[in-house]
Amino acid sequence: MASELEIVWLSLKVASVATIACAIPAIAVAWLMARRVFWGRTLLNVLIHLPLVVPPVVTGYFLLLAFGRTGAIGAWLDRVLGFQFSFRWTGAALAAAVTAFPLIVRSIQLGIENVDRQYEEVAATLGARPMWVLLTVTLPLALPGILAGLVIGFAKALGEFGATITFVSNIPGETQTLALGIYTALERPGGDEVAMRLALFSVAISVVALFASELLARSLKRRNA
Amino acid sequence: MSLDVNVRHSVGRLRLDLDVRVGNGLTALVGPSGSGKTTLLSIIAGLIRPAHAVIRVGDDVLADTTAGIWRPAHSRRIGYVFQEPRLLPHLTVRQNLLLGRWLQRGRTGGSSLEDVSKLLNLDDLQHRYPSRLSGGEKQRVALGRALLAHPQLLLLDEPLAAVDQRHRAEILPFLDRLRRDHSLPAIYVTHTLNEVSDRADHVVELGDASASLSADAYFSRKSR
Repeated sequence: MASELEIVWLSLKVASVATIACAIPAIAVAWLMARRVFWGRTLLNVLIHLPLVVPPVVTGYFLLLAFGRTGAIGAWLDRVLGFQFSFRWTGAALAAAVTAFPLIVRSIQLGIENVDRQYEEVAATLGARPMWVLLTVTLPLALPGILAGLVIGFAKALGEFGATITFVSNIPGETQTLALGIYTALERPGGDEVAMRLALFSVAISVVALFASELLARSLKRRNA
Repeated sequence: MSLDVNVRHSVGRLRLDLDVRVGNGLTALVGPSGSGKTTLLSIIAGLIRPAHAVIRVGDDVLADTTAGIWRPAHSRRIGYVFQEPRLLPHLTVRQNLLLGRWLQRGRTGGSSLEDVSKLLNLDDLQHRYPSRLSGGEKQRVALGRALLAHPQLLLLDEPLAAVDQRHRAEILPFLDRLRRDHSLPAIYVTHTLNEVSDRADHVVELGDASASLSADAYFSRKSR
């Protein structure tokens, strides 16, 4: 087992990278779902939400098939870029990102749907192309939903277990995040104390993240009221 | 500069069918509620796409659906003041005022922030957020914002409807200054005609037989 601090640090790294990597694709997909009608919209919706409804172990298994060393995408990445997901912390981040993605999209989509289209029309009459409408009006006004989505996504990524252990195993110092560390500690005789400390760490991190986003959202709301 | 509008559009029980030309100055757009005044403005601004429309400001063709031309709202250079001020709540007054200029950075000329702020008495409001403004102040900012976005045409959709009597009296003189200082064609929707009766140069009446008249002709007909 890795040291507790190492586990906490690795978890923060995995969850942060997963959340940051999700941010822009999630905003793009959420905007499409909230503001555009297009062919295949329902299919896209189902695909995005799949990780939310299938058992995490299944998600991990599919990730292994696709991104494992012999997987279709994994083998290509290894050959062309020399980059590997399997049994690396980057794989843990990928597993966390895939499971957190639907939650992040949902929250941002709600945030965008709540933006009054009248404001978008105003920006258009002032000369804003669709991209500028998005950047100057839609996203700033959807910021509370975007923040909430990222915080929920971060919390989900921090707690990811099934997909991670299936895809990149439980390697101390490389893929052993908080959830896996707690599981490992509980498996060992006399590991209760370590498990409790790790559990308290994970609660503390989540509480801090929630408080921070709540404070931010409140100050945004006060301004826009 | 003149504005030519030829529009046919029907949605629900609303049927719009008009072919008018108005010149510079203030044109009052009148008609009973439900006659499509706001819809017409939205079509001119490019926010609603009708079955048929030919819209020209001077030589600038904004739409000609027979030729497949439908310029998007952002390229029409139309200053639109809506019934509600619609100030962007996350921007200060100054940022709201300058948004259009910033979005059209390549364009030069037009009124300056200083001129418009002075015209509409906005100097003391610059750093406030819209949530800290009164209804009249908000509508003045909305008017200033439209003026600063290099418009070639102004659309005013009952800009005083959401404003109480006291603030109405505060804004009307600004409209006069606007007409004097800016040689822009402006369309003003209203159902209280006396609000603009001594200000309008033309009147367009929406209804069974939509038509454009000079203000004199319209009011002399009304008073008969």
